Amino acid sequence: MVADNLLSEVKNIVLVLSGKGGVGKSTVAVQLALSLVADGKKVGILDIDICGPSIPQMFGIDSEVMQSDKGWKPVYTDDSKTLALMSIAFLLRSRNDAVVWRGPKKNSMIKQFVSTVDWGSLDYLIVDTPPGTSDEHMSVIESLAGFDNKSAVLVTTPQLISVGDVRREATFCEKTGIRVLGIVENMSGFVCPNCKDCTDIFAAGGGQLLATETGLDLITKIPIDPNLTKSGENGTNFVKAFQDSPAAQSVFRMRDYVQNKMS
Amino acid sequence: MSDIPEHCPGTQSETAGKVSACQGCPNQSICSSGKANLPDPAIALVAVKLSTVKRKYLVLSGKGGVGKSTVSTLLARAFASNEEANVGLLDIDICGPSVPRIMGCEGEVVHQSGSGWSPVYVEDNLSVMSVGFLLDSPKSAVIWRGPRKNGLIKQFLTEVDWGTSLDALVVDTPPGTSDEHLSISTYLSKSNIDGAIIVTTPQDVALLDVRKEIDFCRKTKIPIVGVVENMSVFICPKCSHQVELFPKTSGGGEGLAKECDIPFLGRIPIDPNLAKTCDEGINFITSYPDSPTTVFMIDLAKKLA
Repeated sequence: MVADNLLSEVKNIVLVLSGKGGVGKSTVAVQLALSLVADGKKVGILDIDICGPSIPQMFGIDSEVMQSDKGWKPVYTDDSKTLALMSIAFLLRSRNDAVVWRGPKKNSMIKQFVSTVDWGSLDYLIVDTPPGTSDEHMSVIESLAGFDNKSAVLVTTPQLISVGDVRREATFCEKTGIRVLGIVENMSGFVCPNCKDCTDIFAAGGGQLLATETGLDLITKIPIDPNLTKSGENGTNFVKAFQDSPAAQSVFRMRDYVQNKMS
Repeated sequence: MSDIPEHCPGTQSETAGKVSACQGCPNQSICSSGKANLPDPAIALVAVKLSTVKRKYLVLSGKGGVGKSTVSTLLARAFASNEEANVGLLDIDICGPSVPRIMGCEGEVVHQSGSGWSPVYVEDNLSVMSVGFLLDSPKSAVIWRGPRKNGLIKQFLTEVDWGTSLDALVVDTPPGTSDEHLSISTYLSKSNIDGAIIVTTPQDVALLDVRKEIDFCRKTKIPIVGVVENMSVFICPKCSHQVELFPKTSGGGEGLAKECDIPFLGRIPIDPNLAKTCDEGINFITSYPDSPTTVFMIDLAKKLA
């Protein structure tokens, strides 16, 4: 594989997948990355959502990609260079430009991302994906075929409507031979800041239902937290700023689970 | 359709007929000759087929999970609340079809008749078509690249027998600005789309993708009806305290509409009852006739009829 070269110093790859859009794939990818960084790891995030990249916005970074003699240099979130990012948004002229591409162009972009980004040495490379089971997903899995230590995390919300789509994603993983570590349920319940009453806004139990049906583990349930949403808007490091919140605790559980399973 | 090689570069692409995946494909010579790059004859066919459909609306959003299917189904139900009107709902989300569950017709199958595919009727005057009706089981994944999705959308537009005439056709779309969107806008290019309804949630990270969708509509010359902001605020059912679950850091949907100079249609608050009716396939419009969401959707349907 062409990929072997520049990924040779990457130890683990975790794909964040979900059949459904808007369930929090990018949020989970970012929080997983930040919590791993908090644990002293070197992490990269590759955003292969070509038509709707969210990763740069979530870090409040609007930068351009540089070339090095080896390939594209990823964008680092700070001078410590412990968190590296790559996204198509770094290659666009304006944030509002639509990338109106059919599959084949998206495929070659993804192959380029996998084969020409100079990540250097990383403990974890986290791949954030668009919703669905189509071009981007097949392409990234094909491009990573030569890389052994890779697994996926499936993200769902508690709603049945989301569970249906994520079940299809589990089938996709089965068919393409990707090991699934488990299921993360996002947007599980909301505690009213006024009366402390918990409302299951998007129903309840979807993650557990999916886990039972697929025989996978339910890794964690991340509750709805407006601070988490806001962090994704202004680039705050949520697991650092709100480390005692139930949502951050739930993210740490996910991190520990992933580290255990991958090692 | 099932004969399309998995790596087909797309019959309209520059590399059609010229890449290794094309070796052995029976259509390789047609593709490499460039004939496939001419306007698809299906465009004219779709125009004829849909000429009896009075109103055609697309529900779009660059972002996933903002409530496109919720808005599409509410709008279709709202159109159909007028018993005189015949309404069709077409779901072109091939990899993540949600409409069958929301409409309470999961597990139904489509029948082939002499005049084409018969859609699934959920009311006497409301019929639905989705790839969900063509799958063996709800867990089947449709692992298709673009060209096959394009083929199915073409079939949906040319082969579904919507009955004698439709007063409104609502098309629900997947997130993004890619194959499905290009296909539907191309095939409907001679069929007078009445407009696109853009759905967003209040956060910047959603607005960012939705701006791209507006850019897409402008590039492909689809008129925009306006913006609907979904999941605006949450009203605690216990203490009626209002919380912005997905806080807007800039102007939300209304700000976006102003910035892009398109109408702002209104807001749909977060309502656990709405999420529940979607999961259970219940008609929200008739179950909660006094809800602000129902009033808003009925009003919107009247304006768009």
